[in-house]
Amino acid sequence: MWKWFHQLASPPHFFRLASVLIPWLAWPGYALIAYGTFAGLFVAPPDYQQSDAFRIIYVHVPAAYLSMMAYMIMAIAGGIGLIWRMKLAHAVAASAAPIGASFTFLALASGSVWGRPMWGTWWEWGDPRLMSELLMLFLYIGYMALRSAIDDTTKADKASAVLALVGAVNVPVIHYSVEWWSSLHQGATLIREGGPAMDAAMLYPLLANILGFSLVFGALLLRRVRSEVLRREGRTRWVRELVLAPGDSA
Amino acid sequence: MKPRQQRMLAVGLAVAGLAVAAALTLKAFRENMMFFVSVSDVVAGNYPSERNFRVGGLVLDGSIEREEGSLDVRFVVTDLRCELPVMYTGVLPDLFREGQGVVAHGRMRSDVFVADEVLAKHDENYMAPEVAESMASHVEEQTATLRENGADCEVAG
Amino acid sequence: MTETLGMSGYGIYVWSTFALTATVLVYNEWAARRRFRSVYRDIEVRIKALENRS
Repeated sequence: MWKWFHQLASPPHFFRLASVLIPWLAWPGYALIAYGTFAGLFVAPPDYQQSDAFRIIYVHVPAAYLSMMAYMIMAIAGGIGLIWRMKLAHAVAASAAPIGASFTFLALASGSVWGRPMWGTWWEWGDPRLMSELLMLFLYIGYMALRSAIDDTTKADKASAVLALVGAVNVPVIHYSVEWWSSLHQGATLIREGGPAMDAAMLYPLLANILGFSLVFGALLLRRVRSEVLRREGRTRWVRELVLAPGDSA
Repeated sequence: MKPRQQRMLAVGLAVAGLAVAAALTLKAFRENMMFFVSVSDVVAGNYPSERNFRVGGLVLDGSIEREEGSLDVRFVVTDLRCELPVMYTGVLPDLFREGQGVVAHGRMRSDVFVADEVLAKHDENYMAPEVAESMASHVEEQTATLRENGADCEVAG
Repeated sequence: MTETLGMSGYGIYVWSTFALTATVLVYNEWAARRRFRSVYRDIEVRIKALENRS
């Protein structure tokens, strides 16, 4: 177990492993998204209240889920990096931020476009769900800004890991915001007592999209970790050998 | 203690401390951070009288009255305990209908809530129209519950 | 067909959301690949320069 763990944490080993894994995550991921999107748009029946406008859920929920998932990965990887001084963990944390930020933006934008016809507003200042999700976008942006502001990579790793851990408090707040405070936003549909409150014909495309988005996120993350590892290890021998003897590199 | 264990302890304590601090803060401000006030609270007089606020509830079955040739609309919101009449002039969201959850923004004028914005709130249930039809009518349920709980409603003196 | 694309009047909202989603996915792929190429090229230039000097 520990041998495997240490091997995984070795940059050249991880670099090769990531190269192999990326297509195995990306292609099934995009295939699931293609199925989920098609079935969500054309096969699932319209909702009894929202009619066809509810179909925005097929991208809104996966995006919102990933925005939180990416943040947790970023915070946990940052914590592991702080405790075990593992450089690879910091590389993972740094790589999760831009992808997480893009999905947070998508969750906010799709929610806004959904809210206009259904709630009657693009955006409501003061709504706890909307506010906490917006705060997360700012946390991502702050994290990336902090990283780019510190030239020394080791210092940037530490400072940004602390910021990520502090901001992690916001993740459960987002999830429970609709229960703790009154909100315009609906309650949880999928993760709730008594199981998902959704017809099966509507549910399966949604689950396919959530899984598909997660796999694609995994592929994107590994792709970025590869760049990050290469950048950090630029002066090591294995990178030199890799560059001088190309072939299986890119 | 090894340096690694010390770091683990430091990170763990910091995160735990932060979580407790956040939980306490959120608990303390919970009342002030409510996005809307319930109908019962408004009827009992627990609302900010000096400024605009939001009230949330269900549109009472059969209470919607529209003025011919204008955008004026009157309806009653209920939390299945108390009732509050609402006046509004303007365009209503597509989801606005009897039995629907709404959040209205405005202020109290004598016993009527005068709204300048009415938003619809939808629930977490998703189903096909045919399935929804075969279920017991929400509206009938609502009327029955209101009749049952109506006596508990406290009105400000 | 037109009925399906119309999404019972919500077409503009539904389709713009899905178009934005496609844009975000394509952007993420493109940005991740571009980042790798730029990092790789920087290292390549530096190492080749060192090689030539020795």
